[in-house]
Amino acid sequence: MTSDLARFYQQMYVIRRLEETLLEMFSAGEINGTTHTCIGQEATAAGVISHLDSERDVIFSNHRCHGHYVAFTDDVEGLIAEVTGRTTGTCGGKGGSQHLCRGNFYSNGIQGSIVPVATGIALAERERKSGAVTTVFIGDGTLGQGALYECLNMASLWRLPLMVVVENNHYAQSTPEELAVSGSISARAAAFGIPTAEITTTDVEEIHATAGSAVERIRATGEPFFMVLDTYRFSPHSKGDDTRDPAEIEARRASSDPIALIADRLDPELRADIEQAAERRVADAREAALAAPVAGAVQA
Amino acid sequence: MRSERCVQALNGGLHEAFERRDDVYLIGEDLLDPYGGAFKVSQGLSDRWPERVITTPISEASLFGVAAGMALRGYRPVLEIMFGDFIALGFDQIINGISKFREMYDDQVTLPLVVRTPMGGRRGYGPTHSQSLEKLLMGVPNIRVVAASEYHDLRAMTHAAIDDDEPVFLIENKLMYGRPNRRPENGYIDELSVREGSGTYPALTLSGNDFGEAAATIVTYGGMLPIAVEAATELILEHEVFCEIVVLGELLPLDLAPILESVGRTGALITAEEGTLTAGIGAEITAQVTEAAWGQLRRPVRRVAANDGVIPSAPNLENMMLPGAGEVRDAVLALDPAAV
Ligand SMILES: Cc1ncc(C[n+]2csc(CCOP(=O)(O)OP(=O)(O)O)c2C)c(N)n1
Ligand SMILES: [Mg+2]
Repeated sequence: MTSDLARFYQQMYVIRRLEETLLEMFSAGEINGTTHTCIGQEATAAGVISHLDSERDVIFSNHRCHGHYVAFTDDVEGLIAEVTGRTTGTCGGKGGSQHLCRGNFYSNGIQGSIVPVATGIALAERERKSGAVTTVFIGDGTLGQGALYECLNMASLWRLPLMVVVENNHYAQSTPEELAVSGSISARAAAFGIPTAEITTTDVEEIHATAGSAVERIRATGEPFFMVLDTYRFSPHSKGDDTRDPAEIEARRASSDPIALIADRLDPELRADIEQAAERRVADAREAALAAPVAGAVQA
Repeated sequence: MRSERCVQALNGGLHEAFERRDDVYLIGEDLLDPYGGAFKVSQGLSDRWPERVITTPISEASLFGVAAGMALRGYRPVLEIMFGDFIALGFDQIINGISKFREMYDDQVTLPLVVRTPMGGRRGYGPTHSQSLEKLLMGVPNIRVVAASEYHDLRAMTHAAIDDDEPVFLIENKLMYGRPNRRPENGYIDELSVREGSGTYPALTLSGNDFGEAAATIVTYGGMLPIAVEAATELILEHEVFCEIVVLGELLPLDLAPILESVGRTGALITAEEGTLTAGIGAEITAQVTEAAWGQLRRPVRRVAANDGVIPSAPNLENMMLPGAGEVRDAVLALDPAAV
């Protein structure tokens, strides 16, 4: 029997290794296109998604979706194969890093554009009486998109079981929060009569607790919820594009790495096992992807 | 034979579809009875199915996405956009969501949604409430653009759009709503013989001389149909020139077969649309016909369309801007049909 803590550690470690591996593969020329990694942000995926049931609930994620995808589907293999353009990829190589779909998981790369679709999904699930919670993940930069506020209005009016999770990593590409986000983030949702929660830690256990009450509340009332999570990405926005102050990145790495934060709470032996298994799994997935048929290859 | 106005036929089709399937929902602004939608196409639905008619805030940019989300999860939403001009607000959802999801998710999903909206001017509504913007949808992959006209079976067209597994943009027309929905009787509508094409949204080909010798094929759709018929009638009565008229049911993917068939008989092509000329539907038809049947064209193609400008409110100015029967007639006469 695995404890919550061990499960979080396992998920976050797999996600971390997956993302680091993708960056390595980029440098090695094994990946085409682009990718947005969530190194440093793994706790939001693990903490929130552990309350969701992949058979019933729905997630619509954004460009930075790998952590959400793996926490929900556990499909490391399909993701690496997708990003490397293999026929075995989640979408047969058509979607790539930011356009994933598997079961009840969807993602798309247009900032803000996913919120209306998630709103429609929540409406459908309400009508089907499926009991599903639909979760949409957005970044701080995406708070600039008007469609978000149209949807907060509709979700509130129509009492939709929609959870909006803002992952506030304080940057949108190169733009710091101060240049793009005015006033209060959670007050924006509160103005539509939507209950909110805001936490300022990357401790997965605290995120898990806050998300737990949010999901419970949505299931009980069928009504929307808006959650703001503080986080920080240690990796560049996509590949090599980072203009942030290295000292700031180092300080955040030292204070709020979600993996380091809980490492000491685990039995060292268990921890070593988890790490080893994760290393192996990601390495195997990389190998399997590179050995799989390239999508669209002309048959000899 | 049913004798009903187009608005009643469209409304009747929606009522029948709601009776037939319980996965159909109607979403849009001002839908609730007794109002029943700005053009009354949705009348009576909310009284009968209050839980399946969702009246919305003024949020077009999101409503296209809301419909997409419902369609992704197994419903068949019909989104009413009050004026066709307002599809402009939905273009992100149309281009980056609705037209993409099925293919980019490797056929794991379908998007059976219908967007219904009235296009067209001649009612003095002015620059932002009179446009024919369906041409902006023409380059978008994986969607269907279907054009209602007063000679099409509008009940059947509504059913077909709702049963379609691809996203359908059902383009209606404001002046069409109030006119009778005519159907051929024994192969004729008035003096015109009518051949109905094949497919889910069939084209209609009209002839004033039972498909005898004709000088040109006029390809049109939607609200331009009565104008093309008026022009063709005048050409017969005053110039003894016969034309065939192809009334398209489906603009995208473009239904080329009936056009080629008619051009094969007439050797000349005129396109007539109410939208602005540049990069219009006529441009695409022209390209496809010249690629497929260059050898059969005996005259250069001519496009009849609105001037590239805004649609004025004042009646005289609006009439000058939009193509009328006179322009269609002149385009045919410019082919010098007597010499053909
Ligand atoms: C509509 C739109 N505009 C711009 C972009 C380019 N872009 C991709 S990610 C990004 C920053 C997003 O910032 P945020 O929402 O804070 O998410 P984060 O990247 O920090 O996770 C931008 C500008 C986009 N994908 N879509
Ligand atoms: Mg951000």
